[in-house]
Amino acid sequence: MSLLKIEKLNLSIHGSQILHDVSMQVAPGQILGVIGESGSGKSMSAFAAMQLLPNGARCEGQITVAGQDVLALTEPQLCQMRGRDVGMVFQEPMTALNPIRTIGDQVAETILIHENVSKAEALERAAEALARAELPQERFPLSRYPFELSGGQRQRVVIAMAIALRPKLLIADEPTTALDVTTQAQILELLKRLVAEDQMGLMLISHDLAVVADLADEIVIMQKGRVVESGPAATLFHDMQHPYSKALLAASTHVPNREGAAQDQPLLSVREVVREYTLHANGWLGKTSKLQAVKGVSFDIRKGESLGLVGESGCGKSTLTRAILGLEEVQGGEILLDGQPVFSGKKPNRAVRRRMQVVFQDPYGSFNPRWKVSRLICEPMHLLDQPPKGRALQDAMVEAMESVGLTADDLDKYIHEFSGGQRQRIAIARALIIKPDLIILDEAVSALDVSVRAQVLDLLADLSDRFGLTYLFISHDLSVVRSITDRVLVMKSGEIVEQGETQAVFDAPQHDYTKELIAAAPVLPANVA
Amino acid sequence: MLHYLLKRLLSLAVSLVVASLVIFLALEVVPGDPAAYMLGINAQEDTLAALREELGLNGSVLERYLSWAGGLLQGDFGTSYTYRTPVAEMIGERLWISLPLALYALTLSTLIAFPAGIWAASKRGSPVDVAVMGVTQLGVAIPNFWFAMLMVLVFAINLRWFSAGGFVGWDAGFFLAMKSLTLPAIALALPQASILARVMRSSLLDTLSEDFIRTARAKGLSKRQALWRHALCNALIPVLTIIGLQFSFLLAGAIIIENVFFLPGLGRLVFQSISARDLIVVESVVMLLVFAVIVVNFLVDLAYAIVDPRLRGRR
Amino acid sequence: MRNLWLGGVLTAIFAGMAVLSFLWTPYDPTVLDIANKIKAPTLAHPLGTDHFGRDILSMIMVGARTSIAVALVAVGIGMGLGVPLGLTAAARKGGLLDELIMRGNDLVFAFPSLLIAIMITAVFGASAVNAIIAIGIFNIPVFARLTRSGALSLWTRDYVMAARVAGKGATRISIEHILPNVTNLLIVQGTIQFSLGILAEAGLSYVGLGAQPPTASWGRMLADSQTMISFAPHMALFPGLAILLTVLGLNLMGDGLRDMFDPKLRRARS
Repeated sequence: MSLLKIEKLNLSIHGSQILHDVSMQVAPGQILGVIGESGSGKSMSAFAAMQLLPNGARCEGQITVAGQDVLALTEPQLCQMRGRDVGMVFQEPMTALNPIRTIGDQVAETILIHENVSKAEALERAAEALARAELPQERFPLSRYPFELSGGQRQRVVIAMAIALRPKLLIADEPTTALDVTTQAQILELLKRLVAEDQMGLMLISHDLAVVADLADEIVIMQKGRVVESGPAATLFHDMQHPYSKALLAASTHVPNREGAAQDQPLLSVREVVREYTLHANGWLGKTSKLQAVKGVSFDIRKGESLGLVGESGCGKSTLTRAILGLEEVQGGEILLDGQPVFSGKKPNRAVRRRMQVVFQDPYGSFNPRWKVSRLICEPMHLLDQPPKGRALQDAMVEAMESVGLTADDLDKYIHEFSGGQRQRIAIARALIIKPDLIILDEAVSALDVSVRAQVLDLLADLSDRFGLTYLFISHDLSVVRSITDRVLVMKSGEIVEQGETQAVFDAPQHDYTKELIAAAPVLPANVA
Repeated sequence: MLHYLLKRLLSLAVSLVVASLVIFLALEVVPGDPAAYMLGINAQEDTLAALREELGLNGSVLERYLSWAGGLLQGDFGTSYTYRTPVAEMIGERLWISLPLALYALTLSTLIAFPAGIWAASKRGSPVDVAVMGVTQLGVAIPNFWFAMLMVLVFAINLRWFSAGGFVGWDAGFFLAMKSLTLPAIALALPQASILARVMRSSLLDTLSEDFIRTARAKGLSKRQALWRHALCNALIPVLTIIGLQFSFLLAGAIIIENVFFLPGLGRLVFQSISARDLIVVESVVMLLVFAVIVVNFLVDLAYAIVDPRLRGRR
Repeated sequence: MRNLWLGGVLTAIFAGMAVLSFLWTPYDPTVLDIANKIKAPTLAHPLGTDHFGRDILSMIMVGARTSIAVALVAVGIGMGLGVPLGLTAAARKGGLLDELIMRGNDLVFAFPSLLIAIMITAVFGASAVNAIIAIGIFNIPVFARLTRSGALSLWTRDYVMAARVAGKGATRISIEHILPNVTNLLIVQGTIQFSLGILAEAGLSYVGLGAQPPTASWGRMLADSQTMISFAPHMALFPGLAILLTVLGLNLMGDGLRDMFDPKLRRARS
């Protein structure tokens, strides 16, 4: 008997059709992976199964959960089903828990809603559920509040809440997207274990093919509200039919073409850089302690090279980036660009700074919504002593836009008229316009859909070849780093633990942490695409 | 928690000191020679000297400030120039009208506003919600003293349920005394309740769209249960801020409304003192009212710590 | 949108009255006409006359001028001083300047405009100017706090970082990037403070701390009408209604503007 059976589901919200004829199913002990990019409707299918849809939603078709026809149930019956027969885990662990109640209370609540037991007993069972989610009471007492836990730990609490009553079906909507690579691996392992122990069915939704490929038994691929391909995981990747899924797979495994001729001389030299923060423990007059975000980091980037920097959140890579760009002063060591120091005393050197630019992660937050594109991309010219005017300015803007595949007409528009991928192109145009030598790409493709990502990586490779650019490519996504960098640095807790040629480091990691990272990274099955 | 408390107490103390400095400077230093100011331009030189002596105006600014502040801490508010009685006495009687009035109004407004705001938020878009929004829209725009006058017209003059003004006195018994404060309290409470209801509603609506409510629903809680058990306590936090902010307006409103009902409270005292140029009384009343506002804000800070564990610090 | 229209119309009516009153009023509101005192509304005096025989409609028109002028200038003071303070505080977050500005804000918040007005009038006497100053002073921390919190949330955006990478300093960033993006918040709050200013001015003139006679003001009219309310309710009704409708109009406009600026609602509409 299948735990979840969605048959020909048509979902519309306020009249617009969101899902068309969607069908999928999950059997006991089975993991169904639902893959799709943003807007594919994958999350909506999950919400439909739980009937947690927004106002104005209309479902047609059949949804059966643990034998019950969900669309025919009344709201009180649905409330009974949720939490007891079906559990759900969401994407954002940082906001998924009530900030002012203890984790013990919140997990116990699942039990108290559905069963008539005493508070004490519910708390005991809550402790068990948390232990199963690898949060044992000795280290994580029930009286902890969510703000005292990290993202990964909070996600475990959410999982504990979802499985507390041993439901037959667990739905996980992008459960690890907001987590670090190593944490992601742990959470996915946990889910796999729980499925095996309870013979639950798991519907795992993700945009990451590799994550799903690792874990799922059956796979369903969605695009724009339709299921375009489905089949067993073992064979699906080798036997794709639909053009979209083929394109998706190709984009996921895409390696841009680079000629990459790195010269010998270093462009950027970072020597023993130390960045320390003074923390005021308790406001102005409290104790101060020093936090070393960057502890004596040294490396070179050679001219024309593409250097990767990988590390998880909190390793210090953002701090290092800001130091290199001259935005924050360093407490020790020095940073030289072509022999010139980035800082002279306490003030950053404009002449040096204008040779470096940056592209940020969030295509939606990188631009002032009130400025036109032309004004946006010219902002770095503030660093020039003699910024171009008139004709020269116009030419520079058009050149920058055309290099990234956009047109001169786009200069007159506002940023909200562009998609995520296009915005990143505009961000690259902004980085290019004063013809820097070094561009720092700070998770520049992490927020993009897989297919768009491949295009932007291609663009970056092309630009580097054409203009002889040097890249510092920061990312937590190892597969992206692998495809576009010559050498790579691995950073942990403010230190570089390993560096070397990308291929070499990935194939034969030396340091334990690098090994851990690479082992944790999900990979697509070999000889695919 | 203790640390948060101590920090807040320190903040309270500093605020009081700075506020007292401001008041002192404004009312004793800015007018130049307070004695000349109080007696007028035609005063004789020796009367001026005598008054200066009496008021202790012969020291430096710092000395005068310290002796005034020191007096305050001991409950000595000085002696009124016009009435020749200790200010503390005069304030004492009036305080027991203004303060209960303000508290009565605060209680009423909270009792009305919370259920109204919660009800409106839980039934968003329904006729109930529209009605609450409509009534509060009017309530927020009504000048409270005008509303008071209208109420006097209807309830006191026409219906004769209440007296049109005056305060019966606490000796007449708690219930009767409160009855004479009822119309004024309602007049004060209406605009306050309207503001609070709107804030409650919007805070609750914001909280209801947060992720952890979705998690609660996924556990099996109904919409209603999710609202009461999870949304409400979180929504209270911004509402507490507003209550704290609004208290100062409430006090100001109480002072003004005493005029409508001929209540012998602090309002009457301070306005008469302004006309009489009795700076000492004005100084003391203003200091007292500011003190009340600062203390109430401190209490709100305490309430925050009770409601929000994040403020109590890591364990 | 309906809010915006309705509010706009109401506000325009009273603003129009205020402007018109500079050029023309049905009668001269300063001239006493005891023979005609306390007349109920008639065609000749659409809103009746007061205890001195003055035409109430004319007084309301002039009163509109007082209320609106006081409230408007007070908002000007609040924005003019509060916004730069808030921007500065946000740009130097955590620093001494930020701390000082925030403490200053808290201090002023402890003094409602009535108390400030009491202190000013005790020393300088009552007048419309003093009312403006009292209300204006209280507006400063309102705008400072709003600007600061709006600005703080923008300082973490990547485009501010991009501006820093382009070599721009905190002041330039505050003006070029932060200010334009908090303008919506400021406009909405401006209309709210405007309406609060009208209520505050009415309260102050009611207790005699605002504009002094012969300048007509709505609050003063209400104070005068108080003892006669049982037999001349129109004297109390119309000024109060004028205050109510003007404030209501401004509030509706503020709500309408807020809805218009709300990006969530904007996306839903487009």
